[in-house]
Amino acid sequence: MDFSDTIEEAAFREQVRAWISANAPEYLYEPLSTSGFGSTRTGDYDPLTEAKKWQKKKADAGWACIQWPKEYGGRGATPIQSVIWNQEEGVYGSLSRTFIIGQGMCAPTMMAYASEEQKQRYLPKLASGEEVWCQLFSEPHGGSDLAGLRTRAEKDGDDWVINGQKIWTSGAHYSDYGILITRTDPEVPKHKGLTMFFLDMRSEGVDIVPIKQANGDSGFNEVYFDNVRIPDAQRLGEVGEGWKVSLTTLMNERLAIGGSIATGFPEIKALVDELRIASGSAIEDPAVRSRLADWYAKSAGLKNTASRAISALSKGETPGPENSIGKLVAGGMMQDIAKFALDLQGLPGAIMDPEIASGSARLQAMLMRSPAVRIEGGTDQILRNIISERVLGLPEDMRADKGLPFNKIPTGN
Amino acid sequence: MNFDFSDDEKMVQEQVHRYLNDNCNFSVFRSVLEGNEPYAEKVWQGLAEMGVQGTAVPAEFGGVEAGYLTLCLAAKEMGAHLAPVPFSTSVYLFAEALTRYGSQEQKEKWLPMIASGQLKGTIAVSETVEEARPDNITATFGDGRLNGTKLVVPQGMVADVAVVIARKGDALTLVLAELDGVGRTSIEMVDPTMATATLSFDNTVAEELGGCAGDTKDGWSALADIYNRAAVLFAFEQIGGAEKALDMAVAYAKERFAFGRPIGSFQALKHMMADMYVALKLAESNCYYAAWALQNDADDLAVAAAAARVSATQAFQLCARDNIQVHGGMGFTWEFDCHLYYRRSNYLTLVLGGLATWEDKLIAALPADAA
Repeated sequence: MDFSDTIEEAAFREQVRAWISANAPEYLYEPLSTSGFGSTRTGDYDPLTEAKKWQKKKADAGWACIQWPKEYGGRGATPIQSVIWNQEEGVYGSLSRTFIIGQGMCAPTMMAYASEEQKQRYLPKLASGEEVWCQLFSEPHGGSDLAGLRTRAEKDGDDWVINGQKIWTSGAHYSDYGILITRTDPEVPKHKGLTMFFLDMRSEGVDIVPIKQANGDSGFNEVYFDNVRIPDAQRLGEVGEGWKVSLTTLMNERLAIGGSIATGFPEIKALVDELRIASGSAIEDPAVRSRLADWYAKSAGLKNTASRAISALSKGETPGPENSIGKLVAGGMMQDIAKFALDLQGLPGAIMDPEIASGSARLQAMLMRSPAVRIEGGTDQILRNIISERVLGLPEDMRADKGLPFNKIPTGN
Repeated sequence: MNFDFSDDEKMVQEQVHRYLNDNCNFSVFRSVLEGNEPYAEKVWQGLAEMGVQGTAVPAEFGGVEAGYLTLCLAAKEMGAHLAPVPFSTSVYLFAEALTRYGSQEQKEKWLPMIASGQLKGTIAVSETVEEARPDNITATFGDGRLNGTKLVVPQGMVADVAVVIARKGDALTLVLAELDGVGRTSIEMVDPTMATATLSFDNTVAEELGGCAGDTKDGWSALADIYNRAAVLFAFEQIGGAEKALDMAVAYAKERFAFGRPIGSFQALKHMMADMYVALKLAESNCYYAAWALQNDADDLAVAAAAARVSATQAFQLCARDNIQVHGGMGFTWEFDCHLYYRRSNYLTLVLGGLATWEDKLIAALPADAA
């Protein structure tokens, strides 16, 4: 075991470090490093403008999407170089949040299924942040059961006509393009009647409505399709093969490595170090110490698990399935930590005004955002299904819709 | 970065695994459990022939000097196979105490006999039914003699020699005593394969460990240091056991049918096993880091060891407990092997002080800016 870089890795890190220190937007360091959960703070500056500026600067110097082939706007870097880049980019990396879905999920799907001409046209501008992409998958009737989606695509000449509704689309309101999964044949079993497309988000008939979330923020949208026309040339994969294509997208959810996954541990530690409770200093209280130790051990476990994945990448191996545990552990932990931290403060723990109580406001924000962490990108329950079926090899649950044509599946109404 | 064990280290693990697979199945454990023999002597000898006891012992003291990373992997196999031999007390505790605090002469005398398996060692600490603390240690050492009673000594029935914490005037110190002629009474434990005894020292000849002699090192802090190092090795035993318990649960859930389907297809059970897997992976990754810290005597060894210990304890207890749950009623029979892991997991949780003790140690060792 050896935690140091190889000679090549160290040289690459040096090169990355030099470029970042010469070019990073240092004026954003302070707000970015105090950003809350799922948000990117840029102080007095507009977040989208700043994100696009940093992305373009990186792209012009060959530091955008470094793992992509050069001809599509990348650098042809190795996975471990990509991890090193992420580590060195640090807080500035959070500016790229705007592009994660496009670059991390839409792009691999385009690379696998778009024509060469389309790849040349779209990928470099996606890498440079000049064009933003979103992913139109979830529906009111297709969340965990994604293949239960109902948005229809019907062939009309050389076009497809789209009608239906998507939901939980991040960034739809500032996206230029999107990849869209639709139902093209409702008379075959649900996984077999799907087809994937990409489309211009400014197409006629696309209506984007922001969702006001339970925590008061609006990071997601509903997207309505009313006779939206998409040329057949923008179909990704064969008709009826949309499920297979969507797996390419979902398998490419970025490995949460290189950066650190938020668990709330530093926040609870900082709070109890200062806080006084009935028994005296909170950090001296045995009940507090016990909970804190449990969370530290989990948090260290995630960090060390990520290190194992990086080590595998460094050796040119594929990281193992243990990485699937990250969000499952972090999401629940964040919620538990926030609840416990606020509980220690009594009623003042409920203060959400950061001017009065900056610590508890941050933990309140965590408490109110954490339910979403346990749902988005795979609920805790779906993640446990994935672990038990794909890692432990346990049998699938019995399904009531198995083999039924989509339009014969019971819907409960 | 290379955060993995080397091929050489894994090869030793594979050898230990194969040996124990062939020679130390559950019937060996049961033979000791049911009192037919105090420990599996044949297995102990077999391990000694392979040099396993001397894995981390320096070559100058008759060991293999293959390092702690290798010893960690050997420990994982010992835990997975529930080997009923006095390995942990001899190697993680007695040999570590000697390596860290023995004088050159003491190391030369005792370590080769541990490394060769010729001798079995242990450590004697607790005297009352409460967890050991500096203020409930009353055994005394003076003029080369040890007096007092140690209530719970793992492998006390079979050990030849022990490191004992005792009072010397106002201070605590560590002394070494041969157990020939010392009064031994077997006591019933949750894991009867640990040959646990009450030891009565009555003017027993003993000598202070060189590193603790002449007030150089307080015996309690020396013990804490030995425990920190042993915690990493016990944590590897724990994840070895946890993995096996999870494997048992998964295998049973695939073959057992109820309501016309394999019970492993029910989400209530799948999610339970997914949680067992998550606990195991977190512990395993913490153990990897702690192994590195142990091998390199890292500054953060205390934190790394405690984190590994806390998460490995949680993982083994969860996996052993829910393995029984997956097996249902059959899991609660003497005949099924689930209780073997349940017994061992509960024993290992307590062997160096319970979970709350290690949680407290972890927080005490955390640097102010820990994240």
